[in-house]
Amino acid sequence: MTDLVPISLTVNGERVSAQVLPRLNLADFLREQLGLTGTHVGCEHGVCGACTVRVNGDTVRACLLLAVQAENASVQTIEGLSDSGEVSDLQAAFRARNALQCGYCTPGMLMAAQDILIHEPQADREQIREHLSGNYCRCTGYHAIVDAVQATARARSEQTR
Amino acid sequence: MNDGSEKQSGLSVLDRPNSYIGKTVPRPNLDRLMQGRGQYVSDMVLPRMAHVVFLRSPYAHAKILSIDAAVAKTMPGVIAVVTGAELAKVITPWVGVLSHLKGLKSAPQHAIAIDRACWQGEAVAAIIATSRALAEDAAEALSVDYEELVPVTDMRTALDPDTPVIHSTLGDNLAFERNLDAGAVDQAFKDSDEVVEAEFVFGRHTGVTLEPRAVLADWNSGEDRLTVYLGTQAPHMVQNIAALHLGLDEAQVRVVCKDVGGSFGIKVHIYADEMATLALSKLLRRPIKFVADRVESFNTDIHARDHFCKARIGVSKDGTINAFEIDDVTGIGPYSMYPRTSAIEANQVVNLVGGPYTTQNYRARTRVVFQNKNVTCQYRGVGHPIACSITEGLVDLAAQRIGMDPIEIRRRNLIRDDAYPCGSPSGLKFEALSHHASLDKLVAMMNYDALRAEQADLRKQGIYRGIGIASFIEVTNPSAAFYGVGGARISSQDGVAVRLDATGRVICQTSITEQGQGSESLTAQIVGSVLGVSMERVRVILGDTDNTPYGGGTWASRGAGIGGEAALQAAKVLRKNILDVAAAILQAKPGDLDIVNNAVVDADGGQQRIELHELARIVYFRPDTLPPGFQPELMATRHFVPREYPFAFTNGVQASWLEVDTQSGFIKLLKHWVVEDCGTIINPQLVDEQIRGGVVQGLGAALYEHCIYDERGQLTNANMADYLVPMAGEMPDIDVGHIVSPTLDGELGAKGAGEAGTAAAAAVVTNAVNDALAPFNVAVTEIPLTPKIILTALGRI
Repeated sequence: MTDLVPISLTVNGERVSAQVLPRLNLADFLREQLGLTGTHVGCEHGVCGACTVRVNGDTVRACLLLAVQAENASVQTIEGLSDSGEVSDLQAAFRARNALQCGYCTPGMLMAAQDILIHEPQADREQIREHLSGNYCRCTGYHAIVDAVQATARARSEQTR
Repeated sequence: MNDGSEKQSGLSVLDRPNSYIGKTVPRPNLDRLMQGRGQYVSDMVLPRMAHVVFLRSPYAHAKILSIDAAVAKTMPGVIAVVTGAELAKVITPWVGVLSHLKGLKSAPQHAIAIDRACWQGEAVAAIIATSRALAEDAAEALSVDYEELVPVTDMRTALDPDTPVIHSTLGDNLAFERNLDAGAVDQAFKDSDEVVEAEFVFGRHTGVTLEPRAVLADWNSGEDRLTVYLGTQAPHMVQNIAALHLGLDEAQVRVVCKDVGGSFGIKVHIYADEMATLALSKLLRRPIKFVADRVESFNTDIHARDHFCKARIGVSKDGTINAFEIDDVTGIGPYSMYPRTSAIEANQVVNLVGGPYTTQNYRARTRVVFQNKNVTCQYRGVGHPIACSITEGLVDLAAQRIGMDPIEIRRRNLIRDDAYPCGSPSGLKFEALSHHASLDKLVAMMNYDALRAEQADLRKQGIYRGIGIASFIEVTNPSAAFYGVGGARISSQDGVAVRLDATGRVICQTSITEQGQGSESLTAQIVGSVLGVSMERVRVILGDTDNTPYGGGTWASRGAGIGGEAALQAAKVLRKNILDVAAAILQAKPGDLDIVNNAVVDADGGQQRIELHELARIVYFRPDTLPPGFQPELMATRHFVPREYPFAFTNGVQASWLEVDTQSGFIKLLKHWVVEDCGTIINPQLVDEQIRGGVVQGLGAALYEHCIYDERGQLTNANMADYLVPMAGEMPDIDVGHIVSPTLDGELGAKGAGEAGTAAAAAVVTNAVNDALAPFNVAVTEIPLTPKIILTALGRI
């Protein structure tokens, strides 16, 4: 059997050292070894977006990245974004708009939404829909999610004015 | 039934001061889910837990000659390899029939196949290891000798004499047939000016819950008890089935349902591999976890639809619809699913076709046939999208034939809003529907005439846009008529227990379940409103057979109407009990008191008399100060099932506005409207979001979703890259409006809304496509409406 590989990285601001199999993907590493079960697994081949996390500032699919590729990386998951308060306004908008039902897509959806809010703060409805098109939601029909992201974009742009 | 204070104020329990009924309030459980702190079964870990992976048949139909597990058993981390024959020692097979579906037959199905696999994906062996990855490694080392058998894959030829019979003991491949002949159909067609015929094709699709099916079974041999952690819509049903087939008493089985990553009917069933996991836990005396991967989900989550239906409509030149006739066939896989059966969808199609219309002339035949594909069963909307697409497709084709506007032909034929109660030719009973009010509202919302003008203008520029309209009825609040009468132990009643705790807060246990619809919220809203307690002081417990009253769960649009009514009635009793205590403490009459904002007040004037936490303190800690012989009861339980009507029918109408690219065959959805009538609305936002989510699920079926099998019974697109689902970029905004006709079968008046969106979405898209393509004189009646279908219809390929 293949040997374990030592890795060191930062997850939600905490230093983590672990021994992992080379084949272990980042999503399974976060969930099974670190207990960060907010990162969900839906399709395991990069289509559904449920495992979306942030690695070194980039929004990525944790199921398409191996844990060993995260060596020395800074990883942020929904637990980190929630605890830091970075997406508290977005979460409040999701709550007010009931932009989640079963909640399984929601951590990944919030990650993807925060990404467009950071990089395209003036995005219109169509651009928001386009940006979220890598995140599958079976429950809401997307309308409420788009509303919540748009409301957050407006509120943030008013704050910065 | 109202108590004294309500008589004085003239208010019902639903519109008391500070009522939450009819108000948009946020669901109590959202923060947990948004912070990644939900607990889904796939997240759970127990001590000594092992993982099971199933080796699945690569053939649609094959004899299993031998299984060689010698190498696999030596692989790292492997705990056991178990075959179907070995597992059959701890779990009995089942047959998915219901006695009220006359003639329905099926063959015994085992948790793991023995001797023969009947669809590609059926489990043939279980590998249990310390991790899923190690179990998968061992599965590759497992060697199975198969002898491939001829698969039955085409449902249209499944009954032909030269087609092999899948289960020889059954005699043929016919699982179920139903015939209906109501009114004077032949005469009605003879009297019609036009008879329009069409062949409707509905592709197989599936639920694609984002969290795949997952189960964690924990047999504790020290307690002789099995705890099943399962994302399920029906915990008590699972408890019953698990006990029955594992040879246990129901009291030995506890089913716990925590957060569920999407259900939509996919998780109202209990699957063979889940049953196998339960049995393996008992066999191996340790917790066993099974989480389906996405390929397994596509191959084993129930599929739905897969209907082929020849249909015709008879219409007079004045627009009068004289008759409907359908001849339907559906392929359900090799077994009727257990315990709800795979004949329900076809049965619903027969029940629902023509449902919104006045004509009483209706003939229908449906045949449900076996085939070597994955099983089909009840998925969101059960039968509704098929019946609606057939009915509304025919109505539009008839309107086109006689040159009448689609709105006008519906106005002339929809059952009048003042005609209720009435019935349908298939025997459905309608208490109160609002087809005309709904249609009027829809026409106003979408600005129909302006849209028609825009369509005409654009057509001159070679832009082909279409409007599709579809009225529908929806089965909600099912009584025992669905399953109980057929002998299945699937409860149609639900129970709610409400108690005031020692700090004046309320704890509520309900037998309905939560998968994101808002069961927890609506229960808290109802209980808070009736009790006069603020919602944040109401905690709702659900999804645990040890800790909730016995009941059906959340499916078939029943949670609000049935579970909500039980909550209402339980809260009324508790409210009376609280006022009795307050009267004893305050030396007042119960009828002179009320509860408002967490305190007992004077019914007249509203002056605060005693806060609930103080009342609770006295009851729980100083009962010695209460009058002698007075026993407070700060807990109340009530159960409910509708008794006047077997189902509470709802109605609605949808519209689609879309553009067809006649060069590429692509369809762009521009806008979607829904008007529906689910009776009393408890939380408008939750209802609207149920509708929108349901619409998009229906739009997926209309445009993209298709389980594509080849002629050998191989599912060729069992992954999310090849099986297309609706994503944000392709979906339109959806406007939702309401008409409110409460059911009188209960005090709450709420009917269901879970399936209204799915019911008509495909019908309106198909009708809109045909409307867009009217200048080309083509009609498309097959979904999903792929570019290939559009271009074929246009004669471009």
